[in-house]
Amino acid sequence: MKLKKIFKLISASFTFLFVTGCSSWQSDPQTTVNPKSDMANIIQDLYVLVFWLAVVVFIFVMGAILFVSIKFRERPDRKAQQFHGNTKLEIIWTLIPILILLTIFIPTASAIPKIKSDAPMNAMQIDVTGKQWWFEFKYPDHDITVANEIHIPVNKAVNFNLASSDVIHAFWIPQLGGKVDMVPGHLNKMWFTPNEAREEAYLGQCTEFCGTSHANMLFRVFVDEQEDFDKWVLLQQKSANAAISELAKKGEELVLKNPAFITDNGTALGCATCHKIEGTSAMGMIAPNLTHIASRTTFAAGRYDINRENLIKWISNPSQMKPGVSERTGGMPIYENYLTSEQIEAIVAYLLELK
Amino acid sequence: MTTAIPLHAKQESNTGVWAWLTTVDHKKIGTLYGISGVIFFILAGFEALLIRTQLASPNGTIIDANTYNQLFTMHALMMIFLGVMPMGAAFFNWLVPLMIGARDVAFPRLNALSYWTFLSGALLLTSSWIFGEAPDVGWFAYAPLTEKAYTISKSMDFYAVGLILLGVASTIASLNFIVTIINFRAPGMSWFRLPIFVWMIFVVAWLLVLSLPVLTIGLVQIYFDRNFETNFFNPMGGGDPLLWQHLFWIFGHPEVYVLILPSMGIVSEVLPTFARKPIFGYSAIVFAGMSIAVLGFAVWSHHMFTTGLGPVPSIVFSASTMAIGVPTGIKIFNWIATMYGGSIRFTTANLFAIGFLALFTIGGISGVMHASPPIDTQQQDSYFVVAHIHYVLFGGAVFGLFSGFYYWWPKFFGRFLDEGLGKVQFWLFFIGMNLTFFPMHFLGVQGMPRRIYRYDADLGWDTWNQVATFGSYMLAIGMLVFLYAVWKAYKTEPNAPDNPWDAPGLEWATSSPPPEHDFDVIPIVRARDPLWYNRDNNIVQEDTKEAHIHLPPPSYYPLLISIGLLIGGIGLLSTLVISFMGILLAFYGIWGWVLEPTD
Repeated sequence: MKLKKIFKLISASFTFLFVTGCSSWQSDPQTTVNPKSDMANIIQDLYVLVFWLAVVVFIFVMGAILFVSIKFRERPDRKAQQFHGNTKLEIIWTLIPILILLTIFIPTASAIPKIKSDAPMNAMQIDVTGKQWWFEFKYPDHDITVANEIHIPVNKAVNFNLASSDVIHAFWIPQLGGKVDMVPGHLNKMWFTPNEAREEAYLGQCTEFCGTSHANMLFRVFVDEQEDFDKWVLLQQKSANAAISELAKKGEELVLKNPAFITDNGTALGCATCHKIEGTSAMGMIAPNLTHIASRTTFAAGRYDINRENLIKWISNPSQMKPGVSERTGGMPIYENYLTSEQIEAIVAYLLELK
Repeated sequence: MTTAIPLHAKQESNTGVWAWLTTVDHKKIGTLYGISGVIFFILAGFEALLIRTQLASPNGTIIDANTYNQLFTMHALMMIFLGVMPMGAAFFNWLVPLMIGARDVAFPRLNALSYWTFLSGALLLTSSWIFGEAPDVGWFAYAPLTEKAYTISKSMDFYAVGLILLGVASTIASLNFIVTIINFRAPGMSWFRLPIFVWMIFVVAWLLVLSLPVLTIGLVQIYFDRNFETNFFNPMGGGDPLLWQHLFWIFGHPEVYVLILPSMGIVSEVLPTFARKPIFGYSAIVFAGMSIAVLGFAVWSHHMFTTGLGPVPSIVFSASTMAIGVPTGIKIFNWIATMYGGSIRFTTANLFAIGFLALFTIGGISGVMHASPPIDTQQQDSYFVVAHIHYVLFGGAVFGLFSGFYYWWPKFFGRFLDEGLGKVQFWLFFIGMNLTFFPMHFLGVQGMPRRIYRYDADLGWDTWNQVATFGSYMLAIGMLVFLYAVWKAYKTEPNAPDNPWDAPGLEWATSSPPPEHDFDVIPIVRARDPLWYNRDNNIVQEDTKEAHIHLPPPSYYPLLISIGLLIGGIGLLSTLVISFMGILLAFYGIWGWVLEPTD
């Protein structure tokens, strides 16, 4: 009676911790066991099967170890039985693991072709490039380029074409599917159909170690209802707004007109060299597209909220917020060495108007 | 044919630094391996403590990103190559000749060479900390992050040259022990009377001989890519970064078995002794060990399930990986059956062995979970895998090694490690290990990636990270208890009898500690558990002393060659002129070695 209760308690807490408890994405936003897409569901079904088999094996083996340890502990009157083996028993416990493994292998082998299949022809295409340390997303059908935050429509297949422009990264949105590496020189794919639109982002993260700021390489996926998605697309397709406020106008001039900032500390290239702002003279290709940066919720690869203080800190010294950014070749300069704080504030004012 | 010399001729050079530097005695070399292994194990553990302290809370600030990346890279490299492997080497150096009834290994000077070359590689690799250029791209060192374009510092050259030297050392040792086990067995010690520990070492030696060349090729390619722009792994130059992954894991997966099989061997000796009955299913355990080794070469791509591998190789490597579960299961069942029906004494050594059984099983179960590629895409590079490898390597390999320390310490040094302290250490290790690593399963399921120096606060990862950090401090305290037990044993008078545990193995037939020549009389083996057979059949070992026992004289040439190789390695990190001088010194050493009289 008591044993049954204990067993129930143990199995309940295991389920809580491994399968369902973590599935509350509100408390565990990056959980792997609360699937919200067809592909993630396939993985979850397999995982639940393997998980319960694992629990059974765990309880059986631990039970056996505890049993023999207690039952056959040294006692003054106990003499160890002398035997060398038992063929029948050994055959049985060769067959049992084989059976358990077949139970896992058969559904595994039938799931692999599904998650490795090609996306349906009508799937929306998104080209993703991993870069040290952020993600660039291009929607070839919509002619949109964004960084680190994307929107996709619910119940529509999305195909991600995964590439890298430097080292190996990995693309992972736990609730929407398993991870796939982004290997330079290779083109990997991954597709799924999300099945739950929500206001909060699905969290994604790079999971292949890619250098200093690997830990800071995050991204967000917003799954929208179709009309919200269409609105988002329309906004992203527009050219950038012109500056409105006085301060922002000053910032706009600094961003667009200055090919370089030359001071006593040396020379730093201007924003437009690397960043693109659609509809302006800023045509840089190697850094995140800023056309509608203020329409995103975060910047610096999903690490910081978009607001005035954060952006000022960022432009002043990006490496302090995301280590290694200024140190790597082609990285963003530490502009506090080249710009006054008034100039940086002006630039930030302009960026915040790029809605 | 060598001429025998009287035993007393060698008595004068037994102690002092020079004796240790020139020794060719497998027992002393084993001790050297053991001391180095424990020191590096402690250093690597200290690195882990820093890592855990940083991760105890979100947005940890005690370590910066670059240092953290160096710490987790060096923690793995040092634990694997400088901690666990040499501790395993300490046991097989000490035990293989004693267990097979030999007076030394087949090539005693080669044995010394392998130790000194190991030390050279270890010092070269760890010296990277001093120059602030410790490798920081993970022990797996995935290209193209290792290329000069992304890693400008010399850290990857330290990695490549250091590991090549360590590989040379392991290859030499492996060949030596393969020859020793084949040729130096005592009369009657047939293959199927060989202790399982010796079998496992035989398998490990073959694994190393077959897998290290593959790693060496990759390391040379890294070095050439970085220094001579060969572009093997550089996609811009027509190379392929995935080539490195294949080469690395063809070595890397067998390496896992290199780490775990010696401990499986130790457990197979300890469990029967304290259950007071022979091992259950001897041949099944031996064949399971061999099939694990063979299958170990056919599973490397399971480390690469997320690289874009097609469906067919995914299915095949999934099948081969799951297949390893079968021989592993057989071993675990046979060990449990060895305890069944016994009269089990819970000495510290046996506690560690039983702990090995339980913890290794957990690592085996989680291993089967990510043998399924779809599941692996959710677990790969997450903390779930960190939990898995530590259950296998800490709960498995390290628990086995500590079981061995407590079991053979009286044989090695004639003194017992304190059983009371041992039990304190065991429980600190057992509870600490589960507190540290079990929560990592949860963290992995919660989506925490590994190798991140910080994480956001609102992801639900805080609690389990705190628990894990708390557990790691328990492990550190456990290690201090072990060091105290060692110190205490060192301070006591030798008092261990020849066979304190009434064990069946041949190593217990000689005195504790064994004389320099191991056995006064080479024992005759009449059964698989020779001492129990002799005990039960009232057979007394003949004690007619042989008049002349030939032992190889000490030699400083192995040390000289290793110093040459070390200088050669330093040259590869600075200027090739120094390398040339190192090679010259090594050749001088080889020259002297060849001409040196061996009797």
